[in-house]
Amino acid sequence: MSNGHAVPAANLAPAEARTPQARELGAMRGFAREIGALSAFRLESCIHCGMCADACHFYIATEDPKYTPIWKVEPFKRAYRREASAFAPLFRLFGLAREFSGEALEQWQHLLYDSCNLCGRCSLICPMGIDVAALIEQARHAMFEAGLAPKELYEKAAHQRRDGQPEDSSEPYRDQLLAIGSRYGVDIPMDRPQAEVMLTVPRTDIEHYPQSVAALARVMAHLGVSCTFRSDGLVAENYGYYAGGKDWQREISRRLIDQALVCGARVLIVPECGHAYTALRWEAADLYGKPLPFAVRHITEYLAEALDAGKLRLRKAAPGATTFHDPCQLVRKGGVTDAPRKLMQAMGVDLREMKNHGGFSFCCGGGGGVLDIERAAPLRYRAMENKLREIDETEAKTFLTSCSDCRRTYDDGKQHFNWDKTPDSLLELVAASLDTTTKEATA
Amino acid sequence: MDLLNFARGPGLQLALLVFCVGVVWRIAGFVLLRVRRDFNEPRKSLLKAAGGGLVTLGSRSWPHPEFIGRTGAGEALGYAYHLGLFIVVLLFAPHITFLGSLFGVTWPALPNSVITIVSVLTFTLLLAVLFRRLTHRVLRMLSNFDDYFSWFVTTLVIVTGLMATAHLGGPYQTILGLHILSFDLLLIWFPLGKLMHAFYIFPSRAINGALLSRKGAAS
Repeated sequence: MSNGHAVPAANLAPAEARTPQARELGAMRGFAREIGALSAFRLESCIHCGMCADACHFYIATEDPKYTPIWKVEPFKRAYRREASAFAPLFRLFGLAREFSGEALEQWQHLLYDSCNLCGRCSLICPMGIDVAALIEQARHAMFEAGLAPKELYEKAAHQRRDGQPEDSSEPYRDQLLAIGSRYGVDIPMDRPQAEVMLTVPRTDIEHYPQSVAALARVMAHLGVSCTFRSDGLVAENYGYYAGGKDWQREISRRLIDQALVCGARVLIVPECGHAYTALRWEAADLYGKPLPFAVRHITEYLAEALDAGKLRLRKAAPGATTFHDPCQLVRKGGVTDAPRKLMQAMGVDLREMKNHGGFSFCCGGGGGVLDIERAAPLRYRAMENKLREIDETEAKTFLTSCSDCRRTYDDGKQHFNWDKTPDSLLELVAASLDTTTKEATA
Repeated sequence: MDLLNFARGPGLQLALLVFCVGVVWRIAGFVLLRVRRDFNEPRKSLLKAAGGGLVTLGSRSWPHPEFIGRTGAGEALGYAYHLGLFIVVLLFAPHITFLGSLFGVTWPALPNSVITIVSVLTFTLLLAVLFRRLTHRVLRMLSNFDDYFSWFVTTLVIVTGLMATAHLGGPYQTILGLHILSFDLLLIWFPLGKLMHAFYIFPSRAINGALLSRKGAAS
C-alpha cells in the first residue's frame, strides 16, 4: 500500500486465481462498467478534506488513516482521472494519477471488504455531499471483476447463485422451515400457487433464530393475509451484493422476483435483514431493467402500515427500558426509520435512544458481509466497542433490533466481550404482543 | 510590453479563455456520460426528493451535531480562510474596479487597512491549512499534487497582493504585475484541479441529497 500501512494479504477462493495483469484488466473493466455521470461527478467532487474518516467506526476505533472511507476508492479515483476524466490525457502525460498494479489492488481487498460495512455513515458527513458508500459499493464491483472478492463472500455468492442458498445444509431450507413450523406450532405457508404476499427468510434466522421465522408466520397469520414462502426463492440475503458480483446479484435477485411473479404476489416481504432490503428494495429493479410489478417492504414497514390501517392490534409489552439498534441498510440507507419506532410505541415500549441513533446510528460492525469474513473479526471487535458503549450508556435492560445479521453480530460480540446484553428481535416482540382478544371479541 | 501590461493584457485574456473553456470542458467530461435510470419504487415523489436535495444543499454547510466534536476545528479553519479570501477578492477597491470592468457592476469597498489585516490573517490561516495537511495523518495520506499546487497558487495570489499593497519586494509595477500574473496562473489551474469545487459544491450536495431523499434515507 502506497502509504506504507501494513494490510493482510488477499484472502481468495481458488476460483479467483488470476495473473496480476488479468486482475488489472478485470478491475478496469469492472470499473468502466460503473462509470456514469453520477459516479464520475462524485469522484470529481472530492476535495481531500478527510472528514469522512471521522464518520467511520473503523477509523474512529483505530485512528489508522488507511480506513478513511474515500481512500478505499483511491485506485478507482485515480483510474477515473487517468482514463476517463476530461483531462485524462494531461494526467497520463504528466503522470499525475499513478496506475495501481494487480498486486497493489490485492491489498485493497482489506479496505473494501474487511473494513467497510457499506453502512453509509461516511456519506452523511461529506461537506461536498458525496455518497461515499455508493462509490465503495461500485469499487467492490470492480474488485469482484478483478477476482479479488474475499474467499468467504465469493464462495457463498457462487453457491447461492447455483443453488439458491449460500451454503450446503443438512436439510433443504424448505424442510427446515416446515420443521420450525411444527416445533413452534405455527403454520408455515409454503409454495401456495397464489398469494398476495411472498415471504422470504434470512438464512441467519433458519440457523440461529428459528423463533423469528415462527414469529413472522404468526404475525402474518394474525393479519389474515394470503401469503406464502416459495421453496425456489426462500433466502433473503444476497451474497452477490456482499461480494460485489453485480451479475450474480442480479441472478440471485431474479430468483426471488420470478417466484413473486409465479405466485402473483403484490408485496414481497423482506424479513429482519438489512442488506436484503437494500438489494431488493433499492437495487433489484435496476438490475432487472424495469420496475418490479410488486412492492418490496421490510417486515417492520409492512407491520407499521398494518398498524395504521387498524389491521394489526398490539397489546402493551413490558420489556422495561429498551434501546433499539437502527440497522444501517434499513434506516440510514433505506429510510425505514419511523416504522420500528411506531411499532414500539404501539406496544408501549420505554425507548431509550442511543447517543447516535436513527440515520446517524453506528453500524454493528458485521454488515456488508464483514461478519462472514473470518480474518476481519479482530478489527470488527475493535470497531464494535464504541457501539457497545453507546448501548450500555442508555442503561436499557432490553436491546432490540430489526436485522438478524446485526443480531448475530451482537450475539457474537456478547460472547467475545462477555457482554451482559442479549440482542432481541423487534418482530418477535410484536409476535408476542399480538392482541388476539380484540380480534376474537370483534368476531 | 512590460510584465504588468502582459499580465493584465494578453496574459489575463489567455487565462480567462483557458478558465472558461476548461471549466466547460471539465464539466462536459462527466455530464455527457450516461445517466442510469432508477427503476426502484421511490419512497418520496420527485418534488419532495428535490426539496430534500435543497435541504441537504444547506444542511451540509454545517456539520451534523453527531459529527461536530470531531470535525468542528477543521471546518472552522476551512470557513475562516474561505471567508478571508471572499473579503479580499470581493471587497478590495482595486478588485471591485477590475470586476466592474468585467461585469459592469460595482459595490462599496472596505478600507485598505481592513483588507490588509484580513489578507495577513488569511495568509496565516493558509499556512495553518498547509501545516494541518502536512501533519494530519489522514490529510497527508489523501493529498496529492493537486492539493499542494492548488494551495500554492491560492497563497501566491495573497502573498503577491500583500507585497504590492505594502510596496515590498521591488518596484510597485513589477510586483503588481506578478500579482496579476499569479492570478492568471490561478485561473489557468482552476479547471485542472480541485479549485473546481467552487462549481461542484452546491450541485453535488443537492443531487446526492435528492437521491438519498428519494429513498427517505438520511441525508
